[in-house]
Amino acid sequence: MNISKIANLKYFYKHTKNVSKILSFITFSLFIVGIFWGLYIAPKDYLQGDSYRIIYVHVPAAWLSLQVYIVMAVTGFIALVWKIKIMEIISIQSASIGAYFTLIALVTGMIWGKPTWGTYWVWDARLTSELILLFLYIGIIVIYSSFTDKRQGAKIAALLAIVGLINIPIIHYSVEWWNTLHQGPTVTKFEKPSAHITMLMPLLYMLLVFNLYFVTVLIKRVRLGIFQREKNTKWMENYLND
Amino acid sequence: MKITKTNKKRIIKILVFFFAITSFSSILIYALSQNMIYFYTPTQVYNSEAPIDSNIRVGGMVKVNSVKKINNSLKVNFTVHDLEQELNVTYTGILPDLFGEGQGVVMTGKLISKKIFLAEEVLAKHDENYMPPEVADMMKEKNKEMFNK
Repeated sequence: MNISKIANLKYFYKHTKNVSKILSFITFSLFIVGIFWGLYIAPKDYLQGDSYRIIYVHVPAAWLSLQVYIVMAVTGFIALVWKIKIMEIISIQSASIGAYFTLIALVTGMIWGKPTWGTYWVWDARLTSELILLFLYIGIIVIYSSFTDKRQGAKIAALLAIVGLINIPIIHYSVEWWNTLHQGPTVTKFEKPSAHITMLMPLLYMLLVFNLYFVTVLIKRVRLGIFQREKNTKWMENYLND
Repeated sequence: MKITKTNKKRIIKILVFFFAITSFSSILIYALSQNMIYFYTPTQVYNSEAPIDSNIRVGGMVKVNSVKKINNSLKVNFTVHDLEQELNVTYTGILPDLFGEGQGVVMTGKLISKKIFLAEEVLAKHDENYMPPEVADMMKEKNKEMFNK
């Protein structure tokens, strides 16, 4: 059983080197197109003028901050139950990526908030719950890194990730459950999205690019995680010497 | 991924742990939801749900043709409404760029009475609609046509 698990990591490590390189190139090119589309081609907003264009970074980052959390919790759950090493690594490596997305969403939101609302920060339900998400991510990373035994650390971190899952619907529905300064959803609702098609298309495109970026960075980070854990094994030595 | 007996045990353990914490936090949030209200609406003010003479937030839409600027000062008077009730607001200071008639606002301040709100800070609440200026103009025209009929 043990052998097949290590073989799994080995297989992943050996076969993703080129994949990650190609993906990086594709993501970067698509990102340039998306930025050009959102910042230059898409029309101005009738009310906000050009300042609304920050949604092309803000919305995908905020979206991914939730999505990555779900990935982290689900892989963490699988790692807890079936003790699959690669799931542990995926789960814990997602945490750092998710934390970055959360930070980007918060910072771009603040930059947008000043000219639009008239303030950088308010303690409404949406902003507060998103800040809690950042603390959850940081907590998970800190707990994991405080263990010398990484398998034990991954276990506790996964448990925290699963418990923190309750925050995800709270963030998503906060703008509907409570009166918040933050506006309601533009894209994710049953009715027609409340953005004009010429503005919606680049937004959905950027969402796709951010997803691709997540996959790309995840593969790179998982490779790093595998290396850190397996650097003293024979197969890694052999592989690096080849 | 087979589900063996040990796996089953682990799944149950995790689920119990998750639901324990989830139900605990849901009860907590439910209990606090009265305090989670970021702002009161004019209807809530009208129904005396908001405390008078203490610091609160009120949000609503600025009524069209209600904004009156007082000459040689930063003082503004306007009315906010939520389609049901109205509330008169007095504010001295600089308004955010997106402030305008028909737009949403969230204000911090004190209620002097059920009808008058003294604002200390006015923030513009943006809605979730985004459109190019040409489309906005077209929609305005259409609304006018419908209104005239």
